[in-house]
Amino acid sequence: MPAAGTDILIINDFSIQVATVNGSGSQTANLVLLRSIFQMGIPVSGKNLFPSNIAGLPTWYTIRANKDGYVARKKEIDLLVAMNAETAREDVLALGPGAAVVYDEPLKLDQLRQDLVFYPVPFDRIVAEVCKDAKLRRLVKNMIYDGVLSQLLNIDLAQMEHALRRQMGKKLKAIELNLAALEAGKKFAAEHLVKQDPYVVEPMDKTQGQILMEGNAAGALGCMMAGVTVVAWYPITPSSSLPETLIQYMKKYRMDKTSGKATFAIVQAEDEIAAVGMVLGAGWAGARAMTSTSGPGISLMGEFTGLSYYAEVPGVVFDIQRVGPSTGLPTRTAQGDILTVAMLSHGDTKQIMLLPATVEECYTTAMDAFDLAERFQTLIFVLSDLDLGMNTWMSNPFEYPTKPLDRGKLLDQDALQRMGEFGRYKDIDGDGITFRTIPGDGMPAYFTRGSGHNERGQYSERPDDYVNNVQRLARKFETARQYVPPPVIDQAPGARVGIIAYGTTHFAVEESRSHLANDAGLPTSYLRLRAYPFTDDLPAFIERHDRLYVVEQNRDGQMLSLMRMELDPSLTSKLRSVRHFNGLPIDARSVTDEILTQEKQAGLQGARSHAVPVGPAV
Amino acid sequence: MSITTPEPGKKINRIGLEVQPYRGGKTTLCAGCGHNAISERIIDAFFEMGVDPKRVIKLSGIGCSSKSPAYFLGGAHGFNSVHGRMPSVATGAMLANKQLVAIGVSGDGDTGAIGIGQFVHLMRRNVPVIYIIEDNGCYGLTKGQFSPTADLGSVLKNGVVNDLPPIDTCSLAIELGASFVARSFSGDKKQLLSILKAALSHRGTCMIDVISPCVTFNDHEGSTKSYAYVKDHEEPVGDISFVPFFEDISIDYEPGTATEVRMHDGSRLFLKKVAADYDPTDKSTALKLIRDSGLRGEFATGMLYIEPAKHDFTTLLNLVDEPLATLPLERVRPGRDVLDAIMESLK
Ligand SMILES: Cc1ncc(C[n+]2csc(CCOP(=O)(O)OP(=O)(O)O)c2C)c(N)n1
Ligand code: SF4
Repeated sequence: MPAAGTDILIINDFSIQVATVNGSGSQTANLVLLRSIFQMGIPVSGKNLFPSNIAGLPTWYTIRANKDGYVARKKEIDLLVAMNAETAREDVLALGPGAAVVYDEPLKLDQLRQDLVFYPVPFDRIVAEVCKDAKLRRLVKNMIYDGVLSQLLNIDLAQMEHALRRQMGKKLKAIELNLAALEAGKKFAAEHLVKQDPYVVEPMDKTQGQILMEGNAAGALGCMMAGVTVVAWYPITPSSSLPETLIQYMKKYRMDKTSGKATFAIVQAEDEIAAVGMVLGAGWAGARAMTSTSGPGISLMGEFTGLSYYAEVPGVVFDIQRVGPSTGLPTRTAQGDILTVAMLSHGDTKQIMLLPATVEECYTTAMDAFDLAERFQTLIFVLSDLDLGMNTWMSNPFEYPTKPLDRGKLLDQDALQRMGEFGRYKDIDGDGITFRTIPGDGMPAYFTRGSGHNERGQYSERPDDYVNNVQRLARKFETARQYVPPPVIDQAPGARVGIIAYGTTHFAVEESRSHLANDAGLPTSYLRLRAYPFTDDLPAFIERHDRLYVVEQNRDGQMLSLMRMELDPSLTSKLRSVRHFNGLPIDARSVTDEILTQEKQAGLQGARSHAVPVGPAV
Repeated sequence: MSITTPEPGKKINRIGLEVQPYRGGKTTLCAGCGHNAISERIIDAFFEMGVDPKRVIKLSGIGCSSKSPAYFLGGAHGFNSVHGRMPSVATGAMLANKQLVAIGVSGDGDTGAIGIGQFVHLMRRNVPVIYIIEDNGCYGLTKGQFSPTADLGSVLKNGVVNDLPPIDTCSLAIELGASFVARSFSGDKKQLLSILKAALSHRGTCMIDVISPCVTFNDHEGSTKSYAYVKDHEEPVGDISFVPFFEDISIDYEPGTATEVRMHDGSRLFLKKVAADYDPTDKSTALKLIRDSGLRGEFATGMLYIEPAKHDFTTLLNLVDEPLATLPLERVRPGRDVLDAIMESLK
């Protein structure tokens, strides 16, 4: 489509931000917009930036479309849809020059700046024409901006209609109303707006066969496929949608075919202490049990986590990380629980953490977590975050699991024979993992308690018994290195600089690496951690590079601290830190800028290399 | 399981076991502690009812009382969990395997203070567990501080007077939905044994508050939880006769003088009426009875409330008959078609 006022077109590479009010029903319009671009074959991601509020406060939805498949948050907004009077001014002032603004005409935003493209749309007038029932207008008004964008960006209206229909299912009346609004928006734009911005969508084939999903739904699916039987949880954003999606799946797919009864128990507990207590009780009695929470819940689970560590009881805990305690930014993303979880509880404890980055990994990691929990007879923590858990991501369809379940070391006659007499905490294989029995299994019983027990599970406060036991637990943790998912490494030939990241930081790093290599001539290798304890790949990777940037979404470089605790100082002295912690998902530009700044400093300082705690990339 | 031929003269129960697997380790509690007497009654009840220890789980929180599961039913799996949180562990275990028989032991601090939240929700859910509070009105293990069941005006050894009203765990349990609520005294062998046996025939939460004097910190003059005080102020609500399902005994009561309750497993419970209008299956009368005796400065013991047909939590959740813990893979992992359908819906 020729655009008046612009010579160059920017095809399939832009970000859209829709600013609305929480509870105004914009979710449907936003998903239809996202999905229609996806259906046209262009890689996309959709991120919801919402307040801790049910209705009335501002909320923003950002869509990124990128022909190269980069779907991290883009720092710059190319196209703003300003529907919220309250934030419109600030939103417009924050835009970079050249950005376009679709706005509600009465807001008169065009007077604010000269360097932007403005598209005024009289939403109320248009909606009044298509929707006679005044009460319903609020709900369909948002579809109008989809129609306007369809015209401005050249998004196929048929794709929007398709997306709308699948979104609304059988609600025919609602579909009809929304379609009318969509068409009215497009018609208005065609008749009254002159294209002045460079952004357009052109069909591609980069999303063929792909799915769109949120990480929490993927995690839930993984739990169901892992054969979870006991789930206890307490509502908390951004974790709730994991158990809630799981409930839907289980009710649909896990009712016993013959009896019609449930092959699972899901309990909304009274708090997170009870939730994890139920997980421990169930795990101890042989079930695959899990809970899902966020930082505040993790804090409450501290004591039971220690008990699980010492008494060796399996279970899975999802931590969908968010920003700090109480009120403030509970609905914003962060990677701030790394150190807390790694050391969770009192005494000498260390926890196994899995670190999924993609929705597909949320699915596979969930299954890994249950196997590892039973193998290592301890709680396994899966650390996701709000960005991964609640936002919409593209992915390849998931593979059906082919591995049998690993139920770990359950005492059988053979083990009993090798052991002589049953000792619950006797390490006959030398890997720190001992054999357990399960109530009702007919094997010898034992008494489960905290730190004070000997190899036979008898009460003991003897120093040597305690030391033997905690050293064995340390040995077990060592064994775990061979079982956890190894990091994903991309070694760039000749690169002197390495990047280390984990979780959702991955998407910004991927894109930043291409900036660094192509725009700044700095090729980088990349190691993406997928678990703690670290595997030997990590020190080997550090060894191979001169300087390494650990990129993460917290203030103090928590993963870097963990590496300092575990690795040789000759290695950790090469580590530098890039941190992002403003509650928004990390973006590539911030990573690139920060790495280049630090590289310049490194150049100025010559070969003197030490970790400089530099200002955050906010 | 090996059942050896018993030596002549040794008592065996209905499933052919001697008393040995019902016994536990040697107690480390103080000599004379009420908790030890309760352990003995538990041993008797499980032995006499012929419950296989291999099907039993014993759970507890933290406290002297919570140590006691180590001293009974050595043949059963035990779990000494954390302070005040045994209810959640018991709930999880029973969801994993509803065929187990769960007995939980707590203290009045473990239940009434740190654990009151979990206690409340255990009662509400009517989880099938026998929940015993070994109630001494103080914290034994941390050396004698008051607990929330201490009576107003009760005096500590060092002269400190309790000036807060007690929590009545039985009233609370009845109010919240427990389907079997009783109070007893560690020194009342016969009553406690009948209650425990009846509890083994019930499906749902059996909340049994057993006054169990702490001889070391709370057995002096001025304490309302001392042996002497309890003996003087106990008011049994009436005789309990329990007839297990495997015994064919007829009990004769004059019409109208006893309530007969048919238990979940077919056993029968005969509760002699103290007053004509007393009905242990009615919440209001039970609550009134507890309150009235409290106002007189006494405490009612015996079967206070029973609702034999109430659905327990595992029934409410509509769980399959087999233990969830051991369901085979094909019953817990949906087929490839399910995953394909879900993937298709997300494209
Ligand atoms: C989280 C926590 N806080 C405090 C304690 C210390 N503590 C151990 S036992 C106990 C009180 C036990 O009293 P009660 O439940 O009445 O049992 P008793 O010893 O009297 O039988 C306390 C406070 C603990 N173990 N854990
Ligand atoms: S201190 Fe009290 S409660 Fe603890 S064992 Fe001794 S008598 Fe029993």
